[in-house]
Amino acid sequence: MDFLTLIQVFDSTVRLSTPLLLACLAGLFSERAGIFDIGLEGKMLMAAFFSAAIASVTGSVWLGLLAGIAASMVLAGLHGLASITFRGNQLISGVAINFLAAGMTVLIAQDWFRQGGRTPSLIGGGRFGGLEFPGAIGPADAEATGRPVSELIAGTNPLHQVYSDLISGHSILVYVAFLAVPATWWVLFRTRFGLRLRAVGENPAAVDTSGVSVVGLRYAAVAICGLLCGIAGAYLATALQAGFVKDMTAGRGFIALAALIFAKWRPWQAMWACLLFGFLQAIALRYQNIDVGGVVIPVQVMDALPYILTVVILAGFVGKAIPPRAGGEPYVKER
Amino acid sequence: MTGTSPAIELRGISKAFGPVQANKDISIRVMPGTIHGIIGENGAGKSTLMSILYGFYKADAGEIFINGKRTEIPDSQAAIAAGIGMVFQHFKLVENFTVLENVVLGAEDGRLLRPSLAKARKILGELAVEYELNVDPDSRIDRIGVGMQQRVEILKALYRQADILILDEPTGVLTPAEADQLFRILDRLRAEGKTIILITHKLREIMEITDTVSVMRRGEMTATVRTAGTGPDELAELMVGRKVLLRVDKAPASPGKTVLEVQNLRVRDQQGVERVKGIDLTVRAGEILGVAGVAGNGQSELLEVLGGMRPGAGTVMLNGVPLALEGRGSDGQSRRAAGLAHVPEDRQREGLIMEFHAWENVAFGYHHDPAYQRNAMLMDNAALRRDTQAKMEKFDVRPPDPWLTARNFSGGNQQKIVVAREIERNPDLLLVGQPTRGVDIGAIEFIHRQIVALRDQGAAILLVSVELDEILSLSDRIAVIFDGRMMGERLPAQTDETELGLLMAGVSGKAA
Repeated sequence: MDFLTLIQVFDSTVRLSTPLLLACLAGLFSERAGIFDIGLEGKMLMAAFFSAAIASVTGSVWLGLLAGIAASMVLAGLHGLASITFRGNQLISGVAINFLAAGMTVLIAQDWFRQGGRTPSLIGGGRFGGLEFPGAIGPADAEATGRPVSELIAGTNPLHQVYSDLISGHSILVYVAFLAVPATWWVLFRTRFGLRLRAVGENPAAVDTSGVSVVGLRYAAVAICGLLCGIAGAYLATALQAGFVKDMTAGRGFIALAALIFAKWRPWQAMWACLLFGFLQAIALRYQNIDVGGVVIPVQVMDALPYILTVVILAGFVGKAIPPRAGGEPYVKER
Repeated sequence: MTGTSPAIELRGISKAFGPVQANKDISIRVMPGTIHGIIGENGAGKSTLMSILYGFYKADAGEIFINGKRTEIPDSQAAIAAGIGMVFQHFKLVENFTVLENVVLGAEDGRLLRPSLAKARKILGELAVEYELNVDPDSRIDRIGVGMQQRVEILKALYRQADILILDEPTGVLTPAEADQLFRILDRLRAEGKTIILITHKLREIMEITDTVSVMRRGEMTATVRTAGTGPDELAELMVGRKVLLRVDKAPASPGKTVLEVQNLRVRDQQGVERVKGIDLTVRAGEILGVAGVAGNGQSELLEVLGGMRPGAGTVMLNGVPLALEGRGSDGQSRRAAGLAHVPEDRQREGLIMEFHAWENVAFGYHHDPAYQRNAMLMDNAALRRDTQAKMEKFDVRPPDPWLTARNFSGGNQQKIVVAREIERNPDLLLVGQPTRGVDIGAIEFIHRQIVALRDQGAAILLVSVELDEILSLSDRIAVIFDGRMMGERLPAQTDETELGLLMAGVSGKAA
């Protein structure tokens, strides 16, 4: 594997990690506030569909993004209603949201577009393009010189290669996702809201008796979760790919949950965990059949790697992960 | 005292939960700079009354006056604004936060944390000097003891500039030394002009620290008196509604043969730390051996090994037969088959399943009792319920309804169910841990009498309690445990609280 190949693998690692990272941070906000959310998957899927559908109809990817976020936040509100206001079981509510999204997206897609449960392919302004940084080699240079981008990048120095391929050229949502990591850390550990959010996930009674609304805080956390899931879903359908297809989240919501546990509910660690999962997906994409000393590892094994790692992590092989103490339990005021 | 208005005045407070009248037309006046005790049995309505004052519940009728001004308290925020601080029985602290973060939570100054934390650190330093409330602001709550955690709760209230402090059963979780320390702090707070309401069911605390005391019974305020003008006997009578024997009346023991013999018992906890470090003890038929000690010195582990709840090493002989301490035959059911009964320390976690019916709870440990079997396959639940009903009546469990879930009984009645289940088996050896923790006076008296009655029938009894009063009044011999070792044995008639207190603190009697 030469240096350029490595850069390219890392490049697709970043792209593939982005939806995981956004969903993972979404889950982090929710679970830190004591609301377990296995409905990340469903929210992403719903957002993916609505962003692609609206982008396809209006031709504006930004309207698509807004629609995706709105759809995800509606589901988040539903989860909040079930688990905060009505004190229902958070796992069941999450499962219901996943089923709801899986069914609704295909149903509505078929009704609107009649293309077998998918949206039309997005073109032009219906998709997020890459953001070219100044001085980076991109499509514009290719047009000017008449040579393909890959050839131009191959011909430059390693530092420039890293800059052009790995750092520059991603969709704006990728940068949003990675900037969300320090932002999340800052909000959680440096602001009043963050202190209260963490407290409400550990001991809501402490928050309640100091005169702060437990319900308000938890709804705020669930809303942030909906927002981030919405961006994640929109990224899947309008940036990573060009349009919605059935079940396109492919378990990313659950991988994000595994990453969240792996990271022990901490933002920076969540980023590294998501990058690890993204890297496995990138490897699987690039090397379909790996030859290890005469034994060929089939593509299915490579594709399964992220999921296998998920199972390993969830089985507790990474050390003890202690979830927020009040997680999963509705708050009932007691004497 | 004319001219000063009371710090708190409640007029005609009433509150009902469905058909249950928790508070009936209650009025209190508490003057500023005094400590007012509210005493009553569990379920008398003390906590409800204080929850109304702290804005947790809305009263059905009645008015609240703070410093002479009529005040509405719809929520905790309003209570805090009115200068009321509350220290709950179960602390409301975030365990993985630091002391500082807990104090600041909900009382931050702005959106950013840093200035709030800096200000709180400064104020905590000032409060530490003013009230001798020293706590390291950077310690995490789960790494400090309960006594310290309680200080944090008090500091939380003071940081919010509370002038009125309500403490709900504050000594329930404290060791005697910690309780003394708390009383010194309360004394200091009173001297600085704070008004304190102390809710408790312990008469000694009322007599020791309060200026005035109100007695509650079944939702009503039965009397408000000056503490100096009353005594424990009168208060107990007002609480229970009849004369109560505060001392345990018992004949001298007539010990028979050795029932339990423990040699060089060693126990490690889950982390591999040795908690019991080579204990020898014997208990004979017809005597009560009391194990005194500050909580956390290995007495819980001692009981758990003997009761078959955790493995240990050493020799334990019951009626001359060695008991298995790990592996096969070391479980609770085998122990019970061998003639041992166990009233565990924590009835809610170890003694009962809170969501189960009373009759289901009565079967625990005795599922294989032939009396409960219909045939080889099925249990005879009707017989079990009849048996439960009989036990409940004999032990005066209220209400005597086998179909009620354990959670719906008061603490005293829950404990009576556990005690009935174990004592009614006529065991050779009864292990009892904290038999009256969180139990009201009436039930304490009853449970103590049952334990003594069992002794008089010739059973050997091993009593573990952190209440020194209980140890002194029940035991025929007292062993003091410290740091997993026995510090020595005393006879109750030949020792006192001071000597036992020193032994409990690890100071050998010979040196004193």
